[in-house]
Order: sequence, then C-alpha cells, then structure tokens
Amino acid sequence: MSKVVYEKSRGLTDAPLTYCPGCSHGIIHKLVAESLVELDVLENTIAIAPVGCSVLAYNFFNCDGVQAAHGRAPAVATGIKRVIPDKIVFTYQGDGDLASIGTAEIIHAAHRGDNFTVIFVNNATYGMTGGQMAPTTLINQKTSTSPYGRQEATTGKPIKVSELMAQIPSAAYIERVSVHDVQHIAKTKKAIKKAFEYQIEGKGFSMVEVLASCPIGWNMPPVEAAKFIAGGLMPYYPLGCYRDIHAEGGSGA
Amino acid sequence: MKVLMKGNDAISEAAIQAGCKAFFGYPITPQNEIPEYMSRKMEASGGVFVQAESEVGAINMIYGAASAGVRCMTTSSSPGMALKQEGISYICGANLPCVIVNVARCGPGLGGILPAQSDYFQSTRGGGNGDYYMPVFAPSTVQECWDLVFHAFDVADKYRTPTLILLEGLLGQMMEPLEMTKRPPVTVDKSWCTDGNADKRPRNVVTSLSLYAEVLEQMNIDRFKVYEEITKNELMVENSVKDGDTVAIVAYGTPSRIALNAIEELAAEGINAGLIRPITLWPYPYEVFQNLPSSVEHILVAELSMGQMVEDVRLGVEGKYPVHFYGRTGGSIFEPSEIAAKVREIVKGAK
Amino acid sequence: MAKNLITIEESLCKGCFLCADACPKDILSLDKSKVNAKGYNPIQCTDMDACTACAICGRICPDSVIRVERDA
Repeated sequence: MSKVVYEKSRGLTDAPLTYCPGCSHGIIHKLVAESLVELDVLENTIAIAPVGCSVLAYNFFNCDGVQAAHGRAPAVATGIKRVIPDKIVFTYQGDGDLASIGTAEIIHAAHRGDNFTVIFVNNATYGMTGGQMAPTTLINQKTSTSPYGRQEATTGKPIKVSELMAQIPSAAYIERVSVHDVQHIAKTKKAIKKAFEYQIEGKGFSMVEVLASCPIGWNMPPVEAAKFIAGGLMPYYPLGCYRDIHAEGGSGA
Repeated sequence: MKVLMKGNDAISEAAIQAGCKAFFGYPITPQNEIPEYMSRKMEASGGVFVQAESEVGAINMIYGAASAGVRCMTTSSSPGMALKQEGISYICGANLPCVIVNVARCGPGLGGILPAQSDYFQSTRGGGNGDYYMPVFAPSTVQECWDLVFHAFDVADKYRTPTLILLEGLLGQMMEPLEMTKRPPVTVDKSWCTDGNADKRPRNVVTSLSLYAEVLEQMNIDRFKVYEEITKNELMVENSVKDGDTVAIVAYGTPSRIALNAIEELAAEGINAGLIRPITLWPYPYEVFQNLPSSVEHILVAELSMGQMVEDVRLGVEGKYPVHFYGRTGGSIFEPSEIAAKVREIVKGAK
Repeated sequence: MAKNLITIEESLCKGCFLCADACPKDILSLDKSKVNAKGYNPIQCTDMDACTACAICGRICPDSVIRVERDA
C-alpha cells in the first residue's frame, strides 16, 4: 500500500504551462491552485489574467477565467466581485502590469477596500516582451532597456509595492513572500491561502507579493536565478507581513 | 402620464428600468447628472454603483461586470470617451454586451464643455485598436433618449456587443416631457459568462487574445458576420424627404430639430426641403441616398463639427448629387436661419 | 517489497534542474540519453531506494511533472 504525498493539483488544467524552464510562475500557479482546492472554492472562482508572461493563466487555472488589458485586472476584478460578491475573485499580475501601467487600478482597488485577492509576481523585469527594465528592476541590474545597468540618476530607485500598498487605509492584508526554496514555498502557500481565507470571510482587499525569478530574462540558469532571489532581490525587498488589519493588535506595517 | 425630465436623468432612470445592475463612471461635465442619479438609485434597485478612479477604471469594471453576465452601463463625455477606447476595443474583442453613453462636448483636447458632434469618427470608426464596430444610437429628444436606452441594452445582449448612445451635451441638459414607457428585456442565452459557476457547467473563459493567425482571423470574420446581421436588422433612420423636395438636409441628434425649423422657414418662401435623420450612426443608412425622389438636386449635411458624418453621406451618395456642408464647432450652435441661408445659397447657385 | 516512488512525466519536464538542486538525497539528475518533444533532457531518479518521499522535488517543480508516493 502506498500513499500519494504529492501530485499535480486538480486546481490546474491539463494544459502544459507555456513558461520557460525554471520560471517561478509555475510554482506560484500551483500554490494558488492548491489553496483554492483546499478551501473548496475552485469551481466558484474567477481568475483574472494580466498582460505579460501569465497572459494565458486562464488556460491553466481550472476555473472561470477572464483576460484583462495591461494593468487593468484590479478594475476588472472590481466589476466582477461587485456584481457577484459571493464568488471568489483573484487577479494574477506581474510587476510590469501592476507596478507600472496598472498603478492607478491597483491602488484604487485597495483604496475602495474591494474584497478580492491579488497575486503579485515580482521578478524585477518585463519577461514577456524580452526582459526590459521594470519599475522594480534593481539598481545596476542589466536589462534590454538598461543595457549598462539601471541608473538611479535617470530612472530612480526600484518601487517597493508592498510597502506602498501597506499605507492604504482600506487594504486588509499585504505580505511579501518568496519561492526560491521549498521552505519559502511553504510560507508563500500559507500567505496565499490566508489571503483567500480573508476574501471568503469578507475581510477586504488582500495582496501577496511573491518574489520570483525570470531565468531567461535575467540570463541565468534556473538554479542560479533562484539563488539570486535570495541574494539579489530579498535584501532590497524584505519579506514579511506589511499590513494585516485583522491580526492580533490589527495594524499596518 | 408624462413627466418633465432632463435627458441625463431620463437615461439614468431608463437604464434602471431596463434592468441595468451595475453602473461605473467618473465625473466629467456635461454628464454628471447620470452618475449622481445612479449613486442615489442603483443600490435601492438592487444594483451596484462605483465611482471609478478614472474612465479607464470604469470601462474595465464594465468589462468585468459584463463578463459576469449582468446588464451594465458606463457614461462619460468626449475626453473621457477617448480614455475608454482601450477598454471598448477589449470589450468588442471579447464579445461582451454593455451600454456606453457619450454626452458629447467640444474638442479636441480639453476643448470646452459646450455641446458638439465632433466625436462622430471616434464613435463610428472604432477609436481603439483592431477591426471592430459597435452600434451607435443618436437620440434627438429626451423621449428618444429613454426609448433608445432600452433598445441599446437589448441590441447589446442580442449580438454580444457594446452599444453606444451618442448625444450632444445640449440634450443631456435639456428638460422635456417624457412618457416613461417600459418594456421587458430580450431573453438571451448567457451560458458563456464567467460567473463562477464551474461546478454546474464547464469552465468559461472571457478573452480577446488569440495567438494563432488563422484562429484570430476566423474570430474576426465571425464578428463581421454579426455586424452584417446588425446592419440588416437594426438600421434606424427617419426620412421625410418627399416628392417635390429639391434639397435633402441630413442631420442627427438635436441639430436635426434645428434643421426642421429651417425647413419650415424655407417652405414659406417656396423652397422645398426634407430631412434625413440617421438614428443609428453605425450601421449607417447609406441606402437612403440611393432611393430619393427624382426632384432632389442637392444634399446638405448640417453638423456641429467641421464635417465628419458628411463623409458617410458622400459614401452613400456615390457621386449622384452634390453634397454640401454647413457646420459650427467649438460649442457654437447654428440657428435655423443659418441653415436656411445655406440652402438658399445652394439653390441659387444651381440656377 | 513496497517502496517510495517518484513518477516523472518526462514529456512535460523542461530540465530546469530545480528539483535536482533541492533534493536532499541528491538522487535526481538530467537523463542525457533522452530528449523529449520539447527538446529537453528530462529529469530522472538515479536511486529510488534512497528516496524518502519528502516531496521537495514535487513542491519545487514549476511544471508539476513529479508525483510522489510513500510506502505506507
């Protein structure tokens, strides 16, 4: 007699993922899918895909899916959640989508306290379009539009989304996590599940920022890219819960 | 029993009566009465009102609510409509039904808040990217605003398309007697919608994306077949040109009422003219120009713009008649006497 | 005798090596004798007897190609 201790989540469809080898999107997709299954809400969920590498996410999550214009996923989520408030709604957005073209939409969804969940994948680059500089790109990080490395003098310092969102009075839960090793993957799962639990309980706007790798965009083998999350991204983007108004003592960062 | 109502209020109440369950908007003059009305009444009627962060936000909320299968509406005015074009393109690409209202003002840019008809191209040619159209309705009275809201929701649902009601700020702000006639919504199949019921049916997807040329081409061809159906079934035009008329005046919206006064003035002095008033600006009633009485010698297009619809008239006329144009812009509105003078000039020139 | 088992869906493996790097027993490696339809050398288990069914490989695999069973 043997017992299955790990297998592909039924929260994912049979469609093979279109991501590059070692890309963190696949790991994060699994955690979202597993959480929805474990919370028994998969069939009553609407996933909103962004523009970027995860534009086809609606093919992978085994629930209803809506594809949104670049950066507009939170506004689309508001439109859906307001008219069917008993269903579970989440957006899945990258850092080009959420932290650049979609800043107005994400901030005002949180500002209204809309009761949905945002999975924000921060890999410090525009992966889909060929590894261009994002607002989240690190200082001196080379990209296809910062070929000599990002220069603070002309492009400023990388934007810290979780810290920013934690200042919004109506945001309920903001946490930054990482998927560079299996211990952190477990913590990420916990945060994602908590965000969905908050939504189910009607506790308001939740966002989990996941530090992720882009091996191709970073020009690194996947294992090295995973290590760069820990050694490169995490010092600038510290992990942790930045806001949890329903926690013991209930406060922001 | 008739009530006295502003065009903007009539549009708002008609939407609620037509079963609109979600309104998303952003303040801009001269349409503010609509979001204000909706903020007072939507919740009580079991609907949702959200003042969005921008017109971009509002149109994307519409994309969401429409994908969830509910009747929804957004309203704006010209510069705000410019911002909504991205969302409208996505809504067309994803085949979502909704109603959009443009209470138009003058432009370009910030322009001014006075009425204009200079959004004709934006409305009828697809202001966003890609191959698409949407039905555009142009009311000329408050009563017609009311009636066309019900119709616009039905057409949207029936063909899975956004529909646009285009009126001048003048009509939005004007009070007129109104018969609040109700009619039940059309029954349509919405089993395609993403309303989170994948436990009762296969999962649904709403998207405008297709990465395969032959698939996307077929999607576009199929959508244009729907456009053919719309053109066949939904064309609306009022044509009062009769035998003996030498001039056909073409005007839509409130300017068509000014044209009617000019026609009366001209009749008194023995110049016979008739009015062609397109009610749908897309699809456009091109055929009407092929079946005019033989007495017609000239076409005059009167618009509150530098000349936009006049291009469609020329397409419809196909060179059969000289097409003249009279327009005012920047918020200026022509008097009946100005149009009459233009007709006299045309007729005189012909002799 | 029953034992722990990992099953690899070789056709979907992209050979990213994250599982092999994470495996505490160091029993995963790329199978250089095979190339799947995607053009990658798929991962293989070189010593199933040493597997503890900890499932770290499964959890870190972005493409959900690894199924882990424990001898109960």
